[in-house]
Amino acid sequence: MIAFITRRLLLLVPVLLGVTVVTFTLTRIIPGNPIDLMVSPLASAETRERIAENAGLNDPLWVQYFRYIGGVTRGDFGDSFVTDQPVLADLTSRFMPTFELTLFAMLLAVILAVPLGIASAVWRGTWIDHVSRLLAVFGVAMPVFWVSLVAIYVFFFLLNWLPAPQGRIGVIITPPATITGLYTVDALLTGDWKALRSSVQSIVLPASVLAFAAMAPLARMTRASMIEALDADYTRAARALGLSERSVVFRHALRNAILPVITMIAIVYGYLLGGVVLVENVFAWPGLGRYVYNAIASSDYPALQGFILYSTTAYVLLFLLVDILYVILDPRVRI
Amino acid sequence: MRAVPATGHGGGRASLEPDIAVLDQDPPAGGTDVLRINDLRVEFRFPRYSVEVLAGIDLSVGSGEIVGIVGESGSGKSVTALSIVGLLQRPGFVTGGRIDFAGTDLLEVGADEMRAIRGNRISMIFQNPRASLNPVFSVGKVLREVLRVHSGLRGGAATARAVELLADVGLFDPNAVLRRYPHQLSGGMAQRVMIALALASSPQLLLADEPTTALDVTIQYQIIQLLSRLRQERNLAQIVITHNLGVIAELCDRVAVMYAGTILEEAPVERIFDAPRHPYTQGLLAARARTELTGRLESIPGQVPDMRNRPPGCPFSPRCPHAGDVCRTANPAMEAVEPRHRVACHRWTELA
Ligand SMILES: Nc1ncnc2c1ncn2[C@@H]1O[C@H](COP(=O)(O)OP(=O)(O)OP(=O)(O)O)[C@@H](O)[C@H]1O
Ligand SMILES: [Mg+2]
Repeated sequence: MIAFITRRLLLLVPVLLGVTVVTFTLTRIIPGNPIDLMVSPLASAETRERIAENAGLNDPLWVQYFRYIGGVTRGDFGDSFVTDQPVLADLTSRFMPTFELTLFAMLLAVILAVPLGIASAVWRGTWIDHVSRLLAVFGVAMPVFWVSLVAIYVFFFLLNWLPAPQGRIGVIITPPATITGLYTVDALLTGDWKALRSSVQSIVLPASVLAFAAMAPLARMTRASMIEALDADYTRAARALGLSERSVVFRHALRNAILPVITMIAIVYGYLLGGVVLVENVFAWPGLGRYVYNAIASSDYPALQGFILYSTTAYVLLFLLVDILYVILDPRVRI
Repeated sequence: MRAVPATGHGGGRASLEPDIAVLDQDPPAGGTDVLRINDLRVEFRFPRYSVEVLAGIDLSVGSGEIVGIVGESGSGKSVTALSIVGLLQRPGFVTGGRIDFAGTDLLEVGADEMRAIRGNRISMIFQNPRASLNPVFSVGKVLREVLRVHSGLRGGAATARAVELLADVGLFDPNAVLRRYPHQLSGGMAQRVMIALALASSPQLLLADEPTTALDVTIQYQIIQLLSRLRQERNLAQIVITHNLGVIAELCDRVAVMYAGTILEEAPVERIFDAPRHPYTQGLLAARARTELTGRLESIPGQVPDMRNRPPGCPFSPRCPHAGDVCRTANPAMEAVEPRHRVACHRWTELA
């Protein structure tokens, strides 16, 4: 197992190198000149030229690339053109808010979608199956951005159950002492009830909106793989052995059906990282999504490249986790 | 005539030597029947139409008796077995008949009661044993679950019993087999494991739906011997479904020949081979003889009827070389050729 994990981590090196080549090239091709951001629009041509020269933007692309890679290996992703802070520090400080948001969204989606998928497989063709299919269609068809706005309109403006979009916690509330970096968890651990209340209220809507989008593919996948498992020979044989329907469905069938669902959870999680850009902007959530949105809007190359490296690493690690889970859960997979 | 070598099993059971009369060796009729099926009817219901796939089956199994069911694909063999243990899935519905087992009508018992009978007093094994074992569970895990559910055994007692069962079905090193997963078993080992699971709570009746079809010839023979030994040692009554007349010859006391959801002929195994009365049975035997000659799988000329529009009269009449007018209009009743030999054919007396 250790050898397997090490091998997979080593594989990360060529993957990330490839990613840097692509992102580096792409960020130089897309329109937008970062110099416009760094200098006043009134600056003279000489000033612009001097600043470009200092930032290394006049060097050939490959020189710029190797300078960049050299930095990356030392943990230096460059400084953001916008914030003037080291990109790595920027990303790290924004990682936890996004992680908290997507973690809750994913937990919510799994808690709702997996039972729904199981129910619609067991009672396929009944009303519950139809309702679940309808939910899935809505989840896929409705843009996250729009759902966010509607949710705010209904739950803040009309019903006033939840606060206005305010980021991770109310403006006048002091965030809890940092233990994990997740506000809700830290508030709970330190017994800071005011912070807990406010942070839960803040995360409910954005997490639900993301969960709604994530539920659809999870519920469909659960249904499909559960139907396959319920129709399998081993399920019929388990019934023939006189095992209870509960054991047949939840032990024998589900234990097989859950394997593809785990892969799907990882895929959907990656897809959530796309949706989070919009949701974070709508809900003023100070996470990676908002950061990368601003980076794109302002041609902030170092920030963009840093973000892509960061999220690629996260993605590869996520799939490593999935593979480890497979090794544990599926006896046919041997490493 | 019989391709498979005979296993001389004793106990006054039907011998495999073709020319020994067997009528007096059969278990006494009635009284000791483990299972008695009467006029079993099954229908598959689709949105626009329904199909009657069992059109009134009568079959009984005596204590310790092995009854074979042969017939072409789609004749309703599996549906019959699944109906017995209440595993018929929608859109299949039992629409009539009785299935008597130890004084109860299995068609009347509730789901919970049926579950207590299934895998406990009546067990079933299937074709394709490896797919019938759950890929993510070890052999020991499932065996222990079955022992807990039906015998209340747990922990060390369950493990000890599991080892005993695996040894009993002829698996070497049962302790190692307990830890194996299905993908680590050969087909023959997997079928032995399935049989061990089926035997976990000493059933009176075993339904085996093509237990050897997916296996190599030598392994087929071992499984047949195992089933035969179980009957001798435990007096385990069995219904064995197969396409293979060799399996029938080797293992069974009595045979029912099924065609399009009906039983066309039923007789002690020697009678079926030596004095078949129904033209369909004769056709099956002739096809088998041709197969042995040509080395290719031969079949009876003609098509299995589309059950959606059953021909009127005898279901076999469209393919029957001897079919007359009456065969195409009236459904033949079961008639006794001899006390334990029955045939559903209008013309069996003429043709004999
Ligand atoms: N799930 C199902 N849906 C629709 N029809 C079915 C279903 N299962 C069986 N049938 C029909 O019932 C009839 C009998 O099927 P059954 O499986 O009992 O045949 P069989 O004799 O076991 O054949 P084989 O030798 O191929 O196993 C067939 O005509 C088949 O088409
Ligand atoms: Mg079948």
